[in-house]
Amino acid sequence: MAAYLLRRLVQSALILLGITIITFGLLYVLPADPVRQIAGRSATPEVVENIRRQLGLDQPVWVQYWTYLSGLLQGDMGRSYLQKTDVATLIAARLPATLLLMVGAITCELIFGLTLGVIAALKRGRPIDTGLMVGSFVAVSAPQFVVALLLLYVFAVKLGWFPIGGYGTFAHLVLPSVTLGIMGAGWYSRMMRSSMLDVLRADYIRTARAKGLGRLRVILRHAMPNAILPIVAMIGMDIGIFMGGVVVVESVFGWPGIGQLAWQAIQRVDIPIIMGVTLVSAIAIVLGNLLADLIAPMIDPRIKLR
Amino acid sequence: MKTWLTSTALALTLAFPVMAEELDPNAKPGGAIVITYKDDVATLDPAIGYDWQNWSMIKSLFDGLMDYAPGTTELRPGLAESYEMSADGLSYTFKLRAGVKFHNGREMTADDVKYSLDRVTDPATQSPGAGFFASIAGYDEAASGAAKGLAGVTVVDPLTVKIDLKRPDATFLHVMALNFSAVVPKEVVEEFGADFGKHPVGTGSFKLADWTIGQSLTFEKNADNWRPGVPYLDKITFEIGQEPVVALLRLQNGEVDVPGDGIPPAKFQEVMADAEQAARVVEGGQLHTGYITMNVNTAPFDKAEVRRAVNMALNKDRIVQMINNRAVPASQPLPPSMPGYTADYAGYAFDVEAAKKLMADAGYADGVTTELFVMNTDPNPRIAQAIQQDLDAIGIKAEIKSLAQANVIEAGGNGSAPMIWSGGMAWIADFPDPSNFYGPILGCGGAGEGGWNWSKYCNADLDTLATAADSMAKPEEAEARLKAWSDVYMKVMEDAPWAPVFNEQRFTMKSPRMGGDDKLYVDPVSIPVNYDYVYVTD
Repeated sequence: MAAYLLRRLVQSALILLGITIITFGLLYVLPADPVRQIAGRSATPEVVENIRRQLGLDQPVWVQYWTYLSGLLQGDMGRSYLQKTDVATLIAARLPATLLLMVGAITCELIFGLTLGVIAALKRGRPIDTGLMVGSFVAVSAPQFVVALLLLYVFAVKLGWFPIGGYGTFAHLVLPSVTLGIMGAGWYSRMMRSSMLDVLRADYIRTARAKGLGRLRVILRHAMPNAILPIVAMIGMDIGIFMGGVVVVESVFGWPGIGQLAWQAIQRVDIPIIMGVTLVSAIAIVLGNLLADLIAPMIDPRIKLR
Repeated sequence: MKTWLTSTALALTLAFPVMAEELDPNAKPGGAIVITYKDDVATLDPAIGYDWQNWSMIKSLFDGLMDYAPGTTELRPGLAESYEMSADGLSYTFKLRAGVKFHNGREMTADDVKYSLDRVTDPATQSPGAGFFASIAGYDEAASGAAKGLAGVTVVDPLTVKIDLKRPDATFLHVMALNFSAVVPKEVVEEFGADFGKHPVGTGSFKLADWTIGQSLTFEKNADNWRPGVPYLDKITFEIGQEPVVALLRLQNGEVDVPGDGIPPAKFQEVMADAEQAARVVEGGQLHTGYITMNVNTAPFDKAEVRRAVNMALNKDRIVQMINNRAVPASQPLPPSMPGYTADYAGYAFDVEAAKKLMADAGYADGVTTELFVMNTDPNPRIAQAIQQDLDAIGIKAEIKSLAQANVIEAGGNGSAPMIWSGGMAWIADFPDPSNFYGPILGCGGAGEGGWNWSKYCNADLDTLATAADSMAKPEEAEARLKAWSDVYMKVMEDAPWAPVFNEQRFTMKSPRMGGDDKLYVDPVSIPVNYDYVYVTD
């Protein structure tokens, strides 16, 4: 177990190093000049060159990368070109909001996905099953931007149940979580349905029923824990999928997370922020996958970590 | 010193009383409002901030020596009580108001003025506005790092500061009113270093009370303000990260007082069709021109005939209709509300036949292909399509390259874009003076690699005329100077490196409780709203 963990951590570190190299390289070849964004439209050529020199952007790319990496290894993520503030401070200020949103989205995925998947499996072939599966298909395919605005319009503006965007209370969390989680809920309901159907056909379920156990008890104690297994592995990957979604969802709902920060930084070529957010997201994804792998044997003792 | 004394003897003295008469008798002090913006507030450091959302925030937190009367482009002294210009126009002496205090309670003095100007021109500050100060004596040495501070700025006594120029500069007083010239307290800047932008301390009507990064900023009234009676409001909350569409919904719901990014284009007609909402929309001109640049170094635009033909091919009325008449067709680089605008010049008439003839004269009777770069946010790609159709009618097949802003700016700067529609990046004047539309965008200075003069048009004769015009700094030369600038822009139109398309109007929407003159909501300088003079009526 310890050896496994060590090996995985070393692998993770290498992956993260690779990500910094690739991201840095991509930003370097991007046909957009960060200095132009800082200098603005009125700057004279001298002002532009001065800023380039001050930021070290006149150096060859490997020198720039090495400066960045050595800073990073000393715990310094650099300063934003435009905000002049520490990137770590900016990310730290926004990370809790994104994590909260992810927890909300995962909760929403599981509640909707699992419940509806089980119902569909139990009512297999009935109109309710067909209806749910069509619904899940829509949920998987709907663009998040549209879902966000639709939910906002119906539940916040028309019905007034939730605030129109913003951050702070539980009520603020609901609509963004549903928007972000609805796609996963669609996936999970389909997976749960087929997984449940497999399990329900298994011999031990028939045995349990034959022993005289109640239907509900069989479903909750015998069928569901086994059917849920493939989904746990998925949650680790969800974090990666969410990282794409938070950019849209945070923008529409005015949710002060790192997705918004990344989006604005990309538009203005604020390289230290883009690097920082990419790195933090990569760490989250790597850790998420690691965690999913570690949890799997706890649910299913047949799985061994090697 | 002797020459200074003799020249000031001839100088005109301009002193202004503290403007008590400008206070609005209907204004009720007190209350709080909510303003929204989509993008983050990068910084509130006046030497660095240069964005839509922080420009007027900084104006409310800080003051410069000069200022504008609210809602107008009329210059007036700010922290200066009066100023004198020497007869040769090479020296300005500012007498400061006594008893002006920074938000930390310390009194502002001439040393702070000098420190602030030295700081903004210090290369370590990385100010995007450093170039505005180029006419001050000693600028080159300071900007290159060869000297510490501006030799031309001297503290005469605690309330007098003298600024010497290398050449007479008619725009100098406007420069002293820019945010970049705002007076900052040395001890606070040194305490926070690069983070001063997150901990701003100035002399302005409001002070920063709270900043929750990525969420909101709260400004509180500066009770110790040197301007008697203002601001009217006790508190302003800026909520950040709000999409314009969402901000509009919240305004309609009574949660927001002014959506700082305006009415989203897609919602404009809906809002204007509703009489109750339309009544709360304030329309005003702004110092803006939207234009097409044509790279004069690239075929086919190396031929002036082709550039003129493009000017004639554009159906500007149709383009203006496409954006729901949120603009007026433009005939020249300067917008109509800018001094120096040539009112009797009609511009190139929309005439497809004449344009085709010009194309044939240039040797392109069979047509030509090119690329039109455009920023990829609505409504710019739609406008580009209309331009594409107009160009097609005279045989120019333009392929549209719709890119992110930073990529268009890069292509424009390095000269790889033959044509650019400026929408989303178009010029809005930094200060209300005709010179501001020339240097960086039409002059030789901006035509180099990376410069903002995307047509790469460089006419040395015009540069000479422009410098001559800006040297006419005496008040009695003002008329002649505007005429000189008008001539410069007429020559530009003859060479036609640009096709001016329209001048955008500004539309600011406000909640029913907002009071104050409409012109404060379309203030040409405190963009988008002059926070110091608006108030609430409930």
